[in-house]
Amino acid sequence: MLQEIVIAGFGGQGVLSMGKILAYSGIMENKEVSWFPAYGPEQRGGTANVTVIISDEPISSPVVNNYDVAIVLNQPSLDKFQDKVKPGGVLIYDGYGINKKVQRTDINVYRVNAMDESVKMENTKVFNMIILGGLLKISPMLKIENVMKGLKETLPERHHYLLPVNEKAIIRGMEVVQLENKAELKV
Amino acid sequence: MSEAISLMKGNEAIAHAAIRYGVDGYFGYPITPQSEIIETLMAEAPWNTTGMVVLQAESEVAAINMVYGGAACGKYSMTSSSSPGVSLKQEGISYMAGAELPCLIVNVMRGGPGLGTIQPSQADYFQTVKGGGHGDYKLITLAPNSVQEMADFVGLGFDLAFKYRNPAMILTDGVIGQMMEKVKLPDFKPRRTEQEIRVQCPWATLGKTPDRGPNIITSLELDSASMEKNNLRFQAKYRQVEANEVRYEEIKCDDADYIIVAFGSAARICLKAIEMAREEGIKVGLIRPITLWPFPSKILFEYADKVKGMLTVELNAGQMVEDVRLSVNGKVPVEHYGRLGGIVPTPDGVLEALKDKIVK
Repeated sequence: MLQEIVIAGFGGQGVLSMGKILAYSGIMENKEVSWFPAYGPEQRGGTANVTVIISDEPISSPVVNNYDVAIVLNQPSLDKFQDKVKPGGVLIYDGYGINKKVQRTDINVYRVNAMDESVKMENTKVFNMIILGGLLKISPMLKIENVMKGLKETLPERHHYLLPVNEKAIIRGMEVVQLENKAELKV
Repeated sequence: MSEAISLMKGNEAIAHAAIRYGVDGYFGYPITPQSEIIETLMAEAPWNTTGMVVLQAESEVAAINMVYGGAACGKYSMTSSSSPGVSLKQEGISYMAGAELPCLIVNVMRGGPGLGTIQPSQADYFQTVKGGGHGDYKLITLAPNSVQEMADFVGLGFDLAFKYRNPAMILTDGVIGQMMEKVKLPDFKPRRTEQEIRVQCPWATLGKTPDRGPNIITSLELDSASMEKNNLRFQAKYRQVEANEVRYEEIKCDDADYIIVAFGSAARICLKAIEMAREEGIKVGLIRPITLWPFPSKILFEYADKVKGMLTVELNAGQMVEDVRLSVNGKVPVEHYGRLGGIVPTPDGVLEALKDKIVK
């Protein structure tokens, strides 16, 4: 198993922390993992992205050409990364603020209305967990109990009371993820 | 699954490894992309546990001179910075080489010249291995390519520095500093007692004892004949380091028609490119220098007869390529591929360069 994943969005959306939870979850399953951020001067409001690799084998390069999965949380990220998804790969996006949709037909496109759902849950901070739920539903690369363990590892102990609400958000994401385009692969 | 495995950044691994090695003092000044080193040390507050001093100095120049002071007392002293900050430290490094003081300096390189960018680079290769400060000196230089090696090379760096009474450097970049990977941190080692330091470092200026004269630590020697003798002693020491401490890794070189030479983050990217090349039937291997000085010249010379070409891949305009060319002495063509100013090459880019420049 080798999954090369990019998560991209605005700083402050939880891009880096979602990546960290994924990486930790991978460790819980005894996988090899790497987490490499495009670190920049931007903080909240700027753009942020992180490459997470989860693999059965030792990971060679933390920098890759193309991705199995792209999770894009704003328009600039969608524009930038849709061309870097491998044919037959997965692109997951949050519909909020997206007006130019995905052009490619050779990738599987999923929509998770995470922003809307997080508002319904009256907790916009769980936005990234709803997205993560969507990912786990369509690409069961990791078991949810290991993701919860990963989450526990990433959260400082004083925040552990938030674990149940995060789990709820992940489950909500699994429920609301919808397929928007099934990849047509030219053989 | 052991609890001993952690997920952390390369920078954080350096900080934890320093505490666990029993380092006596860290002196630094924050700069991206290595600020997590001092941040982690401050958060861990080792002055409460091991007694290690962690100090944010007023500048990089102050920090390297604090390292000088600590090292003169035989203490495990270290500093870290990124390229512009390491330029500022060069005077202190030259003085420490001249005074034969062991210490560890970490350079998490970013794109230059000048203040440049904060993104990864390997453009301080020349500065590090050819002597960024003045005078005929050498810096023992370790180039980690993973978070694990970031942790491991703290101890190795100090071991080598103290073995040869010479400054050592971990030369890494923003990729390895900022990325997170699994790491097994070294075990805790208590800090040495003053008595242990006196035994390990009879030269240390810890106060005169009745059984010997005063120790003097200085790089100054106004009598040229004596200064030449000092230099000859340094050179003899450097030849010893070159004979004993060369470290490198060979990957898939056995059947290789071509060899890529790369260190640190570039070596990781090349590994992926090599997998891709081999899928296309191009037999290529990797030689990864782990010590940049002493440089693994001998193994490169040995491969010069066996392969049709070598490519160095560096995050710079072509620096290590000169040492590779010197090593093979014209026996095989050596080309360079690099990206500049903070751009990290992709495996695709490396493969394309390999085909363009070497596999013709």
